[in-house]
Amino acid sequence: MVSKVVDGVDAAVADIPNGATIMIGGFGHAGQPIELIDALIRRGAGGLTIVNNNAGNGEVGLAMLIKSGFVRKMICSFPRQIDSQIFDEAYRAGRIELEVVPQGNLAERIRAAGAGIGGFFTPTGYGTLLAEGKESRIIDGRGYVFESPLHADFALIKAHTADRWGNLVYRKTARNFGPIMATAAAVSIAQVSEIVPLGELDPESIITPGIFVNRVVETSTEAHS
Amino acid sequence: MSPASLTRTEMAQRVAADIPEGAYVNLGIGLPTRVANFLPSEREVILHTENGMLGMGPEAQGDDIDPDLTNAGKIPVTALPGASYFHHADSFGMMRGGHLDIAVLGAFQVAANGDLANWHTGEPGSIPAVGGAMDLAVGAKRVFVMMELTTKTGESKLVKFLSYPVTGLGCVTRIYTEVAIFDIDTETGLSVIELFGDATLASLRELTGLPLLDATVSPPAASSTATGLAE
Repeated sequence: MVSKVVDGVDAAVADIPNGATIMIGGFGHAGQPIELIDALIRRGAGGLTIVNNNAGNGEVGLAMLIKSGFVRKMICSFPRQIDSQIFDEAYRAGRIELEVVPQGNLAERIRAAGAGIGGFFTPTGYGTLLAEGKESRIIDGRGYVFESPLHADFALIKAHTADRWGNLVYRKTARNFGPIMATAAAVSIAQVSEIVPLGELDPESIITPGIFVNRVVETSTEAHS
Repeated sequence: MSPASLTRTEMAQRVAADIPEGAYVNLGIGLPTRVANFLPSEREVILHTENGMLGMGPEAQGDDIDPDLTNAGKIPVTALPGASYFHHADSFGMMRGGHLDIAVLGAFQVAANGDLANWHTGEPGSIPAVGGAMDLAVGAKRVFVMMELTTKTGESKLVKFLSYPVTGLGCVTRIYTEVAIFDIDTETGLSVIELFGDATLASLRELTGLPLLDATVSPPAASSTATGLAE
């Protein structure tokens, strides 16, 4: 019997090593897998490269992971926010490296990795500082920049409901990066509010098919903070 | 500025008047967000929020607040009947793929040829953050900028060449300011289509140092359903 259900968030992240590249889902707090991140902090692996849209908000989740000193590098689109003080301080102190990627390019690089694409030409960023050092090309009179796929060793994402095969259904705009990150990591780990019996999820409504998911873990309460 | 130039609220009203029925629209963070407050309820405009929803409704209040339902500014919002959710690659695909009719964005500077600067001041020590700005700039069919025409020190933000780092090249098609509305056409160039308060072509030419074309006699070019200045 196939079961990707893992007993508890600590077991779910127990094999994440030093130096891993980890995609973490969420857009601000919406869709951020807080419990998995807390478990990652307890795990204590260091020198991590983290891929997220932001660089932590407030004093919870990703912000606490950065505060812990375990993050060597952030790859994100929008680090600077009114409540990104933990990242700001680490960056200004030279303790963390930053790669800024336009949000749509970040999403497409993740999607490309999951779909086996070797890179793509995008108009986003053409002629800007963020295209420096990258190959560019004029296609049908329009400027494009070459962007590479972005792979990860692990993805930590949050969905709403799962079954034991790892099929996932999300909730509202908390979906954001979850479905693409699940495809782009060697090991994808989803925390969900509820694991239902196989067959209970409507196949028409499943957003992430279980083939992209390696582990699911139920968290008793939703992270609302 | 003169007393009769537009307030920020009136600027939002003026932009809203130019957004036609049926348009798919992304409103940037900050002043552009206010445009949503002035879209007439009888006009169906479908708002896109790049974190993953079409059919975004007003900001959520009280019991309607749901941490899983936010806008691009991470503010809790509501979903209108007909709304849909999607992941980030789809969200930016609909942007970059030219499916979005209008993006309304703020700006540090706009150049006469439509180059946009709105993501980074380039100052030493500032932390760069781009978000979806570059995708919106190149993706939407039309890019409207809303901004005050001058900086706090009185310099024109409408310029011949950008001095801030560029967000997108030649992407801005219209600029709404408190003293005038400008159109940028790749063939005819930069023109003034409406004046507010005591602004004149001559005063704007002097302020910007640009050879502004006079198109103020033409009707607004937005669409057949644009209704002009909201009352």
